[in-house]
Amino acid sequence: MTHWLHHLPILPILTPMLAGALLLLSSDSRHGPRIALSFVSVLLQCAAAFALLAAADGRLTMPWPGAVGIYALGGWAAPFGIVLVVDRLAAVMLALTATLGLAALVYSVARWEKAGVHFLPLFQFLLMGLNGTFLTGDLFNLFVFFEVMLAASYGLVLHGSGGSRVRAGLHYIVVNLLASLFFLIAAALVYGLTGTLNLAELPLRVAALDASDHQLFHVAAAILGVAFLVKAGAWPLNFWLPAAYGNAAPPVGAIFAILTKVGVYVLLRLGVLLQESGVAPAPFGGTWLFYCGLVTMAVGTMGVLSAQRLDHLAAFLVIVSSGTLLTSFGFTGTLLTGPAIYYLISSVLGGGAFFMLIEMAERNRKQSADMLAISQEAFGMEAGQHDSEHPDEMAGVAIPAAMAFLGLAFVACVLLLTGLPPLSGFVGKFALLGASLASLPNAPLPHVGLFIVALLLSGMAGLIALSRLGIRVFWDMEREPPRLQWLEAGPVAALLLICQWMALAPETTLAYCSAASNSLYDAGAYIRSVIPPAPAALAP
Amino acid sequence: MTLSMELIFSLAVGIMAAAGLYLILRPRTFQIIIGLSLLAYAVNLFIFGMGRLRLGAPPVITPALGGNPALYTDPLPQALVLTAIVIGFATTALFLVVLLASRGFSGTDHVDGEEPEE
Repeated sequence: MTHWLHHLPILPILTPMLAGALLLLSSDSRHGPRIALSFVSVLLQCAAAFALLAAADGRLTMPWPGAVGIYALGGWAAPFGIVLVVDRLAAVMLALTATLGLAALVYSVARWEKAGVHFLPLFQFLLMGLNGTFLTGDLFNLFVFFEVMLAASYGLVLHGSGGSRVRAGLHYIVVNLLASLFFLIAAALVYGLTGTLNLAELPLRVAALDASDHQLFHVAAAILGVAFLVKAGAWPLNFWLPAAYGNAAPPVGAIFAILTKVGVYVLLRLGVLLQESGVAPAPFGGTWLFYCGLVTMAVGTMGVLSAQRLDHLAAFLVIVSSGTLLTSFGFTGTLLTGPAIYYLISSVLGGGAFFMLIEMAERNRKQSADMLAISQEAFGMEAGQHDSEHPDEMAGVAIPAAMAFLGLAFVACVLLLTGLPPLSGFVGKFALLGASLASLPNAPLPHVGLFIVALLLSGMAGLIALSRLGIRVFWDMEREPPRLQWLEAGPVAALLLICQWMALAPETTLAYCSAASNSLYDAGAYIRSVIPPAPAALAP
Repeated sequence: MTLSMELIFSLAVGIMAAAGLYLILRPRTFQIIIGLSLLAYAVNLFIFGMGRLRLGAPPVITPALGGNPALYTDPLPQALVLTAIVIGFATTALFLVVLLASRGFSGTDHVDGEEPEE
């Protein structure tokens, strides 16, 4: 039993890899077994992620000492081998990925999976890349998992094809290829300077660098930071994001809700580890990141207000939540990180549910209805054509009161994404505000003020924009009520219920996030777990 | 001699990176894919250079040279370059497909899918 538990950390990477490979080999005609295999894989990932979640908290006895779990790939100990590291934050991200992945998979099986080829294998590879990124403890391995994730996302962003998707996908791919090259340059520079790629050994080597090399290290860190900020959707590196996310197929948009958070996660993790070295590089944390996040929030908020389509609005909401997270991590002190992790979970689940909900709510609508009343009159558009992309005859049995469900779910999403009670968005924002006020003696007053104003304004702008577009979508008298399948409504309802549970049990979830933040900032423990201090017997 | 080797090496990296950057900023998709390839070459050479340039030193331990690491060149950047080449190759191939799809949908090779107005 212990023997098997020892291999638990590799399971979230191995399972989707094998499932994806098998799915690639099997022919499209064996539809039932393919879907069954996908579900088995995602459910296994869920089980592994939640087991790791319990293990990282010490509730499940694991064969590793301390709170940080180490899995040496191939039995080669760090720093010579590549290790997987499981701490609370990594486990939270794994569980979040698996939950969102399950919801998006259920949703896609109803209809969207058939809109193109190879959706199921690409989806598995995307999950593999995501899980690997959260687990790995090696800089170059991080690059490899980033590329696995991105390569799968390139395929998924084009899923369903169509001119606008291909055009948005083209920009998305170019920007991310360029960011990957930046990542490579930075990784090579870091290796050339310090002679290591292991994330835990890095701070030790950086601390031992000559003062003359510090400048070059700052350059390397800056280039590395740019690569992650592109992924995180920070301004001014986020112009690709609204088009790519807004045009992606709904289940793809749902799973993409977590993709920007990968950049945020890596920035946070690397920032904390590099801080340990004493040579604090600019892009990771600090005032610089704070202002970068603020501007991102502001730009996202303006986008939210100006968006004329719900899917673009959802993409801008992703930018706002990214900006909020960057601002929180750049804030003076570490008090905001715990609530920010809670906010991250809530906004990813809410964003994912919203992307899936939009498509259902917009069925049977005329295209011109996307425009606001003013621009509609200005352009003299009366009647549009039916959205040919949504073949209505494919939708299955109508569930009763579909409109009532959609309306309720939309209201729940609005409450969640703008941070109004009683859902978890409110708890997250409230905890962020509370933490920013609590850190007042250390943090400069203007920072606290700016943060509070930005958080409240972005929420209010979201509320205005969402209710404005919501009125046009739901009080549209000229259309028949959309037909939904249980498979499509189920995941949205489940994600929203999880958010409701998170709000009702803050002592469980918020406390876990705070513990995750505390163990994250205990970088010394992380480093000692990965690279144990030399035993006394071997010392000269 | 090592000095001239380093000079040539760094010039090659610099010129390829500059040409790649210029091409990436051009409006045609074909220019972009060539630019990305050139940049990828420059980055791969750069990674290789980060293992320090050595002449005639093997990366793998041989019985003839023994176990003194000073006699060998760093094998890790070579392994990294190999990985980077494979990944870069795959993503470039994928981009090529998207480029052709975009051309098919829009009928133009402009990155925005439409010709700029004169």
